[in-house]
Amino acid sequence: MSLSTPATIGPRAAERSVADQLTKGGVDWAGRVFQALLVAALGFSVLVLATLILEVIGTGSSVFTDRAGDFLTGSLRTRADEAGLYQGFVGSFWICVFVVALAFPLGIAASLYLEEYAADTAFSRFVNVNIRNLAGVPSIVYGILGFTIFTKALRDITSVGTANGRTVVSAGLTLAILVLPIVIITASEAVRAVPNALREAAYGVGATRSEVIRSHVLPYAAPGIITGLILSLARALGEAAPLILVGATTGRLASDPSIVDVGALRERFTALPIIVTEWSKNPQDGFDEIAAAAIIVMLVIVVIANTVAILLRNRYEKKRA
Amino acid sequence: MAITLEDLRGDRSRIRAERTVRVVLTAAAGTSILISALIVFSLARETWTFVTQVEWATVLSSDGWFPRRGEYSIATVLAGSGIVTVVAMAIALPVGLGSAIYLSEYARPGVRKVLKPTLEILAGIPSVVLGFFAISFISPEIVQRFFGATTLFNLMAAGLGVGILSIPLVASVSEDALRSVPNALREASYGMGARKITTTVRVVLPAAVSGLVAASILAVSRAIGETMVVFIAGGAGGGTLFKLDPLEPGLTMTAAMASQATGTDAVVGEALTFQSLFFVGSVLFLITFVLNVIASRFVRRVRQSY
Repeated sequence: MSLSTPATIGPRAAERSVADQLTKGGVDWAGRVFQALLVAALGFSVLVLATLILEVIGTGSSVFTDRAGDFLTGSLRTRADEAGLYQGFVGSFWICVFVVALAFPLGIAASLYLEEYAADTAFSRFVNVNIRNLAGVPSIVYGILGFTIFTKALRDITSVGTANGRTVVSAGLTLAILVLPIVIITASEAVRAVPNALREAAYGVGATRSEVIRSHVLPYAAPGIITGLILSLARALGEAAPLILVGATTGRLASDPSIVDVGALRERFTALPIIVTEWSKNPQDGFDEIAAAAIIVMLVIVVIANTVAILLRNRYEKKRA
Repeated sequence: MAITLEDLRGDRSRIRAERTVRVVLTAAAGTSILISALIVFSLARETWTFVTQVEWATVLSSDGWFPRRGEYSIATVLAGSGIVTVVAMAIALPVGLGSAIYLSEYARPGVRKVLKPTLEILAGIPSVVLGFFAISFISPEIVQRFFGATTLFNLMAAGLGVGILSIPLVASVSEDALRSVPNALREASYGMGARKITTTVRVVLPAAVSGLVAASILAVSRAIGETMVVFIAGGAGGGTLFKLDPLEPGLTMTAAMASQATGTDAVVGEALTFQSLFFVGSVLFLITFVLNVIASRFVRRVRQSY
């Protein structure tokens, strides 16, 4: 078969003309169906996401129009039209504080060891494999860890009075441990992406290893590391299974502590995802609506966090490309 | 002036600072080993009590999972986890893989930049939200309407919720695998006159098969370990008889643990009720651990070949 390109027409038409001669004008039906299926697969996720958001907004938005103020500032109640999220905010806020104070520095330090210091020794290989395995451990198993260690064994440290270890201290420590492997893995990736020339330039003027890290590696890896930190924080915020085992309260809380009351950290607690769980499971009238409203609050926080992370990454990817 | 070894060594305080940083960072990395040890320790003690004291007939041949009555049929919760996983994979594998193929082989960079974040946002949605969605939408609008389930709480709705949660995981691991297939293979295929679909199905997919297997195994592991969707939408909090019907309420290993942990300030019931939670936890931990190890073998194979 010989192909010809008419010399006088533009490149587009030429391409089409060659294609026509190759396919003899036939249409690649299998190819089109295949491509349509692939688009449908992606479309499914978009559709699910849209349905989910519409369903949640449709069910829950009335709560905000009817009683926006006291829903956000009220406490747990047995009646749906009186119940509020405030105690959940307090619990979730402090859990995030624990994650930021413990998992972030520990995770970044561990990633710096693995990427900048560790030679290919048995120890570093073991740590690496171990971290990957930890990342795959189901969250409820971390709940068992939290229950055994923080709620039971260390109860005199993590709680006061009748809380019996079921406090926000136990929960915060447990979730800090849960997100640690994620922090390490994402931070390691960011550190690994720092070009070696940068390090060598710093070594060349006499910097020590820790000086190279502080002055060159960390600033360059910062956007990547921060992206990972935000995502792990969002993960900690949405995680409920470990909190159930650690003993988050699902009924009423006796006290209604202020968000800055550090003494209340060792009393009983609840958190946003626990409230969502409890209200979702409650068959009485009105709980469907406040569950959806609580989800809207959670989604707003999580989606903002994710969007910031994605934008941050795209922005720096573009700059360095 | 001659430069001596002394000059090159730098001053004492810097060397000391350097050593301190090294020790601190190594210790930080070491905490991960401590965490693993704590997990194993936490599970092992009470599991050992259970394994050594339980009447094994109540584990292997009782009719269902009723821990407060001393019936610990492990087959019941394994079956629940199995049903949820099968339903979840029926959704997550085709949708996740299809999305990955489209993003890696077909989508233009501009389209990819818009669609990829959608999957990432789906990945960031907390599982309790999917639990709510499962009982407020999936169960009444899909499972009850099209499959004729009679109860609002059923394993199929939970399974579909878990499947939706697993889509982003399947998609991202598969896409990584597809994108690591070198372009030379695609070009060679085009050079032979193959169409896009032939190139994708006969060349790219087989070349990436290790990664795709890894994605599937990771998704199964994720589905088995998922707690909240099943806890909210699966029903059967108090226990269930052994059954294999996805349209009925049921318990997975994870939901059984969560149900047992709620509302029990002082665990009542049979002597080993409390310990059975740890026993199920150990079984769950072992299953997911083995799956994850197998998956990482497959991932490593992708890295080695290209």
